[in-house]
Amino acid sequence: MTKTINITLKIWRQKTAQDKGGFETCHASGISTDMSFLEMLDVVNEQLTLDGKEPVSFDSDCREGICGQCGAVVNGRPHGPEKATTLCQLHMRHFKDGDVLAIEPFRAKAFKVVRDLIVDRSPLDKLIQAGGYVSTNTGGAPDANSVPIPKDIADKAMDAAACIGCGACVAACPNAAAMLFVSAKISHLALLPQGKPEAAKRAMSMVCTMDELGFGNCTNERECEAECPKEISIVNIARMNREFFKSAFFSAVM
Amino acid sequence: MNWLVKTLGSSIGKKLLMALTGLSFCGFLAGHLAGNLFIYGGRDAFNAYAEHLQSLRPLLTLAEAGLVLFALIHVMTGLLLFYQNWTARPDRYAVNKTAGGRTIGSATMPYTGVILLLFIIFHLFHFTFVDKTNQTIFDIVLISFQNPLYVTLYIVVMLIAAIHVSHGFWSAFQTVGLNHPKYMPLIQGLSLAFSIVVAAGFGFIPVYMSLMA
Ligand code: HEM
Ligand code: FES
Repeated sequence: MTKTINITLKIWRQKTAQDKGGFETCHASGISTDMSFLEMLDVVNEQLTLDGKEPVSFDSDCREGICGQCGAVVNGRPHGPEKATTLCQLHMRHFKDGDVLAIEPFRAKAFKVVRDLIVDRSPLDKLIQAGGYVSTNTGGAPDANSVPIPKDIADKAMDAAACIGCGACVAACPNAAAMLFVSAKISHLALLPQGKPEAAKRAMSMVCTMDELGFGNCTNERECEAECPKEISIVNIARMNREFFKSAFFSAVM
Repeated sequence: MNWLVKTLGSSIGKKLLMALTGLSFCGFLAGHLAGNLFIYGGRDAFNAYAEHLQSLRPLLTLAEAGLVLFALIHVMTGLLLFYQNWTARPDRYAVNKTAGGRTIGSATMPYTGVILLLFIIFHLFHFTFVDKTNQTIFDIVLISFQNPLYVTLYIVVMLIAAIHVSHGFWSAFQTVGLNHPKYMPLIQGLSLAFSIVVAAGFGFIPVYMSLMA
């Protein structure tokens, strides 16, 4: 049965990247518990618009938990309190009437706030450009099963490839490190035969780029793995470290 | 050798330095504790152990130099990481909440580390760089632990050391890439067990010595 709740939001408002920004309180009244968190914000924004105020800027695209575009920190938790859930897939039934929620943007030196809850996550794109791809010749499509891959290896690669690049790992990490993201990309490709030829170059280039972009250093706090909406495991970080050591100590990559 | 500087200067390289030096300290702690157990053998057993250790001088000097070098690397890299990680998030969150990943150990590494550093310096002046011409090391320790202040200090710092290694031990394995679904639970169990051994093993010595007198 549909219930409605009233909640109070303390939302981070910031006009531009240079603006100092601060929290503003608004009330979300008559919110159906069937709504998603983003739909609740849509309702808030409609009211703000009717009141002649500026609506809250936030990112979203698919709203079905697969694109990685949405994300904000709700009461200290990236994508909110539910496990393995993106903000767009978080439903209001998980909140109680009268709740007070603090909503902040993902915070990291590498993620500049663009406006309100929107941050610039293009550093993650730069990381992909640094090596999160395979180079293949164009031509006829190869035979589907011409390169056999054992099921367990394919599964591990697929688990790593489930990363949607939302940046919650960076937001959750006490050190604002991007190691879970980078390790997911490095693992996904290093596990597969198609990714092996460039594995050494990729590991070195992605790790060095990650450092240059101003992300922090992993201290194995495991907050990333606990917050990741796709439940990417830190075994990928251990694999990335192995790939990096292989590249640094046992390959010709400089 | 440019590649080596680049490798060790990277985020993962610095972590590697922390892990290798930290694990060596864990080895040192185990050895130091094993040696200290001679104290339960009484005055003669403990002094004989101390003398035997000194008789290995050339080797002992090498080990000491190694420990000092490793300590410099561990402390300087640790402080650098702490600084870099702090500045990687210039605007902090208003609300901080854990999703269940961090532990007291992981969340306090730099703080427990700095306390350990201060303690190690104090400890060296307390028992190592002291005049041993008229007194044996056993008596120096025995007299020291008549003072409840020293007993308390040593117990508290040993608890802090245990907290540091409760995270450090398993974390070092993860850092060097040794995370395997079959062995990781064992390593994490060992991490906890080792920290309990450190706390109880070192922590009980001051209590025992104060009760002895
Ligand atoms: C008996 C002394 C010590 C032992 C046995 C020890 C052991 C360890 C170990 C095993 C690690 C884990 C490395 C990793 O996560 O890969 C570590 C990390 C750390 N240690 Fe120590 N340590 C000792 C003293 C110190 C001191 C004196 C400091 C002083 C600043 C310190 C600061 C740190 C810091 C900041 C880290 C975290 C670094 C990171 O996780 O990236 N430690 N320690
Ligand atoms: S909007 Fe696409 S994952 Fe949330």
